[in-house]
Amino acid sequence: MSEFFKHLRYVLTENPVTLIAGTMFVLLVIAAFIGPSIVPYDPMASSASQSLKPPSWEHWFGTDQLGRDVFSRIVVATRLDLAIAVSAVAISFIFGSVLGSLAGFFGGWADRIVGRITDTIMAFPLFVLAMGIVAALGNSVENIVYATAIINLPFYARMSRTEVNIRRSADFVLAARLAGNSSLRLLATQIYPNTLPPLMVQVSLNMGWAILNAAGLSFIGLGVRPPTAEWGIMVAEGAGYIVSGEWWLAIFPGLALMLAVFTFNLLGDGLRDLIDPRRRT
Amino acid sequence: MNRNDKLRIIFGRLMQAIPSIIGIIIVTFILTRALPGDPAVYFAGPAATEKSIQEVRVSLGLDKGWLEQFWIYATSLATGDLGVSVSTGLSVKEELIRRLPASLELTFLALIFSVGVALPLGIAAATRPNSWVDQLCRLVVTAGVSLPVFFTGLFMVYLFYYILGIAPAPLGRLDIIYLSPPTVTGFYTIDALLDGDFETFGAAFRQLILPAITLGIFTLAPLARMTRGAMLQVLSSDFIRTARASGLKRSTVLYSYAFRNALLPILTTLGMVFSFMLGSNVLVEKVFAWPGIGSFAIEALIVSDYAAVQGFVLAMAILYVLLNLTIDIVYTLVDPRVGLES
Repeated sequence: MSEFFKHLRYVLTENPVTLIAGTMFVLLVIAAFIGPSIVPYDPMASSASQSLKPPSWEHWFGTDQLGRDVFSRIVVATRLDLAIAVSAVAISFIFGSVLGSLAGFFGGWADRIVGRITDTIMAFPLFVLAMGIVAALGNSVENIVYATAIINLPFYARMSRTEVNIRRSADFVLAARLAGNSSLRLLATQIYPNTLPPLMVQVSLNMGWAILNAAGLSFIGLGVRPPTAEWGIMVAEGAGYIVSGEWWLAIFPGLALMLAVFTFNLLGDGLRDLIDPRRRT
Repeated sequence: MNRNDKLRIIFGRLMQAIPSIIGIIIVTFILTRALPGDPAVYFAGPAATEKSIQEVRVSLGLDKGWLEQFWIYATSLATGDLGVSVSTGLSVKEELIRRLPASLELTFLALIFSVGVALPLGIAAATRPNSWVDQLCRLVVTAGVSLPVFFTGLFMVYLFYYILGIAPAPLGRLDIIYLSPPTVTGFYTIDALLDGDFETFGAAFRQLILPAITLGIFTLAPLARMTRGAMLQVLSSDFIRTARASGLKRSTVLYSYAFRNALLPILTTLGMVFSFMLGSNVLVEKVFAWPGIGSFAIEALIVSDYAAVQGFVLAMAILYVLLNLTIDIVYTLVDPRVGLES
């Protein structure tokens, strides 16, 4: 374990970008957990006299059309945005990796069925499929999570299928089988844990994409509804003010979104260096 | 290798598209039936009477068994019937066909832009690893996938329309002072040129630039990354070393030897790029009030116009399958190696 931390320190100090990404990740998590209690203003409190004020010392990111503080709303929104992405990625990770493992381990019919399901999902432009799913299931935050989870499922299923498949007849698995373990037990205790490191990299890279997708869906008016603070919908609400020059309404939440996605993408690259130094680019 | 081999490969590829299309039809069928409550009520729209709901129920076959319902759904799709949009009163098929050229014009220009930037950038980055071009490529690749496409669009509107004043207002395909050109292809730029009306062409083109670049930036990243990766791999192979050692010109080595061999992985990435593009098209159309099928779908979503939304999803999926199919067929026709192995 100390070996791992030595390597972790090496990766963090060797590549400053990963260190920055790590720091931003910690900030995002802090904002998600205690954000609502540290923001200077109530994110819902409107005030007609304070509407559409440009950024100043009092309101760092300005105020919106209802006089709400944009900075406070962005910080508070972190929790919702991350919660949507984390739950979506968790669902697709669990279902995708289990389905993929079964397909990779047993082959035959299991493989064919899982392959068909993933191929069918991938036959759609993914964002469009997510729109269709939300339209069918109903316009709610939960369904945004399910839609995002479904469109991410194929990536996990395919990846764990390959990872399980290449380890299926590895020596340590054969040894465990000789010791009398059942197939399912082999898969669960010997093979599956070994596929987790590459899948974790995928999780991190996928998080950014899940955040983008969920924000895109709420930008077009699905899922989250005003006056809830959420980055995608804040950009959508501010979009109308761009042409008249009130840029802070849309640009700041957009930047927050971009930073979050950036963080997870960089973190994914760093994680890959940590777990699999050979695949470094 | 003879011509028949290629034909056989193309035929095989066409056959492979069939399961995808069947899968798409099954998924859209499930989506139209997964509506919470009674689908007939949803499809008839908010202003429906008891009688019209009953009519919709019969026409969709909702009073019958699942298999029979699927059969009715599939046969009506085969005749191109996607139902009626309750928000506009027209058939969904007509609506989609009327708006498709606007979306395609935007998508094609964006594709030209992103291929035009990504390929040279990727090649330059691969030939000079760790130079400033390589760093620029890395920055573009990372930023491209992290930028929300609607954010890039709004930022460009702010910069080029509000601050610099060089772009037209983000309000659709043509400023209201111009008349739309006589319809031939449905692409305003091409129609205006065919009409010999350069002023309208300029106006239509100016409206197109910002949305096309916005869409292009988003799809640039995977293309540039793939080009760089594929070129790096090819450039380090033995035949390139031999070509260089034989004293061939740098450009010959780079373009006729290396680039042509790197094309396969790049073309395969194009499939994924299309998936991104058709999806983010919806967001870009919303930002620029572009009257394409994406805006149509958003408007339909807001008023719960289910037939329209599902028709849109189906149309986009079919379009996506066809685009991928076209890439594969073009590749088979162009690549002299295809068919040799068999």
